[in-house]
Amino acid sequence: MADATLHADAGHDKPGFFTRWFMSTNHKDIGILYLIVSGLLGFISVAFTVYMRMELMEPGVQFMCLDESGQSAARFISGIGAENCNPNGHLWNVMITAHGILMMFFVVIPALFGGFGNYFMPLMIGAPDMAFPRMNNLSFWLFVAGSSLAVASVVAPGGNGQLGSGIGWVLYAPLSTTEAGISTDLAIFAVHLSGASSILGAINIITTFLNMRAPGMTMFKVPLFAWSILVTALLILLALPVLAGAITMLLTDRNFGTAFFDASNGGDPVLYQHLLWFFGHPEVYIVILPGFGIISHVIATFSKKPIFGYMPMVLAMIAIGVLGFVVWAHHMYTVGMSITQQSYFMLATMVIAVPTGVKIFSWIATMWGGSVEFKVPMLWAIGFLFLFTVGGVTGVVLSQAPVDRVYHDTYYVVAHFHYVMSLGAVFCIFAGVYYWFTKMTGREYSEFWGKVHFWMMFIGANLTFFPQHFLGRQGMPRRYIDYPEQFAYWNYISSIGAFIAFASFLLFLGIIGYALLRGRKVEEPMYWGEGTDPTLEWTLPNPPPEHTFETLPTQDMWDKQPGH
Amino acid sequence: MAHAKNHDYHILPPSVWPFLGAVSAFIMLYGSVKWMSPNAPAEGFWSISSQQPWLFLIGLVGVLYVMFGWWSDVVAESQVGDHTPVVQIGLRYGVIMFIISEVMFFVAWFWSFFKHAMYPMEAIGGVWPPVGVETFDPWHLPLINTLILLLSGTAATWAHHAIVHDNDNKTMVKALAIAVGLGLIFTVLQAYEYSHAAFGFSGSIYGANFYMATGFHGFHVIVGTIFLFVCMIRAQRAHFSSDKHIGFEAAAWYWHFVDVVWLFLFAAIYVWGS
Repeated sequence: MADATLHADAGHDKPGFFTRWFMSTNHKDIGILYLIVSGLLGFISVAFTVYMRMELMEPGVQFMCLDESGQSAARFISGIGAENCNPNGHLWNVMITAHGILMMFFVVIPALFGGFGNYFMPLMIGAPDMAFPRMNNLSFWLFVAGSSLAVASVVAPGGNGQLGSGIGWVLYAPLSTTEAGISTDLAIFAVHLSGASSILGAINIITTFLNMRAPGMTMFKVPLFAWSILVTALLILLALPVLAGAITMLLTDRNFGTAFFDASNGGDPVLYQHLLWFFGHPEVYIVILPGFGIISHVIATFSKKPIFGYMPMVLAMIAIGVLGFVVWAHHMYTVGMSITQQSYFMLATMVIAVPTGVKIFSWIATMWGGSVEFKVPMLWAIGFLFLFTVGGVTGVVLSQAPVDRVYHDTYYVVAHFHYVMSLGAVFCIFAGVYYWFTKMTGREYSEFWGKVHFWMMFIGANLTFFPQHFLGRQGMPRRYIDYPEQFAYWNYISSIGAFIAFASFLLFLGIIGYALLRGRKVEEPMYWGEGTDPTLEWTLPNPPPEHTFETLPTQDMWDKQPGH
Repeated sequence: MAHAKNHDYHILPPSVWPFLGAVSAFIMLYGSVKWMSPNAPAEGFWSISSQQPWLFLIGLVGVLYVMFGWWSDVVAESQVGDHTPVVQIGLRYGVIMFIISEVMFFVAWFWSFFKHAMYPMEAIGGVWPPVGVETFDPWHLPLINTLILLLSGTAATWAHHAIVHDNDNKTMVKALAIAVGLGLIFTVLQAYEYSHAAFGFSGSIYGANFYMATGFHGFHVIVGTIFLFVCMIRAQRAHFSSDKHIGFEAAAWYWHFVDVVWLFLFAAIYVWGS
C-alpha cells in the first residue's frame, strides 16, 4: 500500500476522520472504538431488559401482545387496550435471547477485554502498540460485523411466524435446530464472527504480553491488569474455538439435515450442552477476569498502598483460569448425569471458591490499614466487592448438585449470575471508565454526579436482583412472560429497581457527555495523585499522544521495588 | 517513519484491509444464510438473494481480495526489513497461538465423534458404526492418503532444511513443488473417496461426524496447500534466507498441524471407528 506508506511518511499531519477511525492501527483509538460500540450495544441490551421488567411488573400480560393475525403487537404504554392483550410469548423469548447474546458476546467482553485491554495493557507493559496493530483493527471490525448480524437476527424473520428467534442465548438444541426462519442462522453467524474477533484479539494480546514487555519487566513484575488480560486471552484462545465447532454443528443440523443433535437419527442434544458449557464456563471467567485486574488497581490507588499479595493474586487468576475448564457440567446437573459425574463437578466447582477467596481477601487486606479515599472509582470497586461476594456465595450454593435440583432454572439462578456478571462485571466496567476517564480524554468528570450515578446503580441493581433470590426460593421459574399472583410483590420491587438502574445508565451518558464537552481539562499526568499506583499509563500526558513509548520506558519509571 | 522511533517493534501505517475484510465477511455470512437456509423468505426485504449464491459470492470475492492484498502488504513489509528479530519472534508466537486455536476447533469435532462412538444412541442400534452403515476399509485408500500426506510433510521438511542449512531457494522450490503436488493429490483422492461413500451426509450421525471432521480437515489441507504454494512462489523470487523465513516456517508448522490432525482422524474415525 504505497499511499498508506506515503501517508505515514508525511509525519505529524493529523489523519483524516476515515483514516483515523476506520483504518486505525493504533491500540488506543481501537480501544476507544471498542468502548463506544460496546456502550451502544449495552444500551440496546439494557433497553430490552427494561421492557422485560415492565412486562413482569405485574401479573398478567400487559405489553407484549399479539394481534388477530398472529403478529406482534408490542405496546409501550400500560392501560391502552390492556384489557384484551393476547400474550405474545415469542416476543418475550426474543427479548431474553437478544439480551443474553448481546451481553455475553457483544458488550462485556468487548468493553473489558477489547476496550480497556487494548488501551491499557500495552501502556502498562510499556509497549509502543500491540504486536499486530493491523489485526487488532480486524478484531474490532469483525466485532462490529458480528454485532450487526446479532441485531439483524432480532428483526429478521424467525420462529412462530414472527420476527426474531426465541431460543435463549445458549442456543440449546433441539429448540435452536427447529426454530423457523433465518433469525437463528444470523445469530449463529453473529457468534461465529464474535468468536473470530475474540480469538484474533487473544492472539494479539498474548503475543504482545510475551514479546513486548518493557526492558526489565519480568513476568512477575507485570501489573495485575495486564496479567488478568493475559489469562483472559488464554481462556478465549482455548474455549471459543470449541464453541465455533458446536454452533457449526447447529448450523448444519438446521440447514443440511445432519444429525449431531437429532436423537431420532442417532444424534444427542446433550452433546450440545457439553460443548456449549465447555466454552460457557470459561466464558464467565473471560467476562470477569479483566474486571479483577481493574479492581486491583483501583483499590491499590485509593488505599494508597501497593496491592496486598501480588504473587498470590497472579496465581489465583491462573488457578481460576485452569479450573474454569474442568467444571462445565455444573450447568447441567439436571440432564441425567451419573452421580459420580455430578460429585466430581460439584467438588471441582467448590474448589474455585479458594482462589476467588484469595482475591477477595487480598483486596480487603489492601484496604486494611490504608488511607482509603472514597472517590468514584473506589465506590464502584467496593460495590463490586460486596456484589461479587454475594454472587460468589450463591454460586457455592448452586454448585451443590442436590440443591441445584431445586434451584435449577429458577430466579435464584438468575439472581446469582446477575450478581456476578451484571453487577460484578458491569461495576468493573464503570470502575474502569471513571478510573481512566481523565487519562483517556484529558477531561474531568463531575465527582458529585459520578457518586450519584454509583448510588443509583447500586440501589437499583440490588433492588432488581436481590428479591429474585426470594422469587427463586419460592419456585418462580426463569424465562416466562407471566407468573401467578403470589410472586407479584417481589416482582414489583424488582421492576422498580430495574427502572432506577436504567435511569442511572441515562445519567451516566449525561455525565460522560457533559465531561467530554464541558469538563475541566486536566494537565497533570497523575490525576489521582503522586505515587499512588505506579503503573506506566500515569507517566503519559492526558490524553496520551498518538504514539506512546517511542523510546521504551526505563525500569525506574515503573519499578518501585527493584530489589524484588 | 517521520516519528523518532527508538525501538525495533513494528508500528504500522493505517490500513483499509481490516475494515474491508469485516464488511466482506458480513456480506459473505449474510449471503450464505440467505443461500443455504431452506427458510429464507421469498418476498420482501429479507428475500434478497434467497436460495441464490450471488450475495455470498460477492462477500467471498471481497474476503479473498482482502486476504490477497493484506498478505501482499505483509510480504512487502518483510522485504523492506520491517520484520526485525523481535518482530519475528512475535510473528512466531502469533502462528503458534493460531494453531492452538485450530487444535481446539478440532476438539469439538473429535468430542462429537468420540461421544457418539463410545456411547451410541438407541436410534442407531446402540452400536458403532451404526447399524446399516458400511464404512471405508481403512487399509485401502485412507492408508494411501495417510502416506501421501506424510510424504508431503517430509517434502516440506526437506524444503526447510534446504533453506536453513544451505540457504538454497532453488532446492526449496523443488521440495515445495513436491509438497504442494502431494497435497493436491490428497485432496483429489479425498474427493474420490467422498464420491464413492456408501453413507450420506444427512440423516445419520455417522455421516455427519465423518464428513464434517474429514471435511474441515480437507479444507485445512487446501488452505495449507495454498500457503505452501505461496511460499514456493516466494522461494522462486528468493525471498527466503537461512536466518529469515518466517512465512515458510508458518506454512510448515501449519502443514505439520494438518498432518497430525489427519493421523488422529485416520486412527480414530477410519481404523478404530470402523
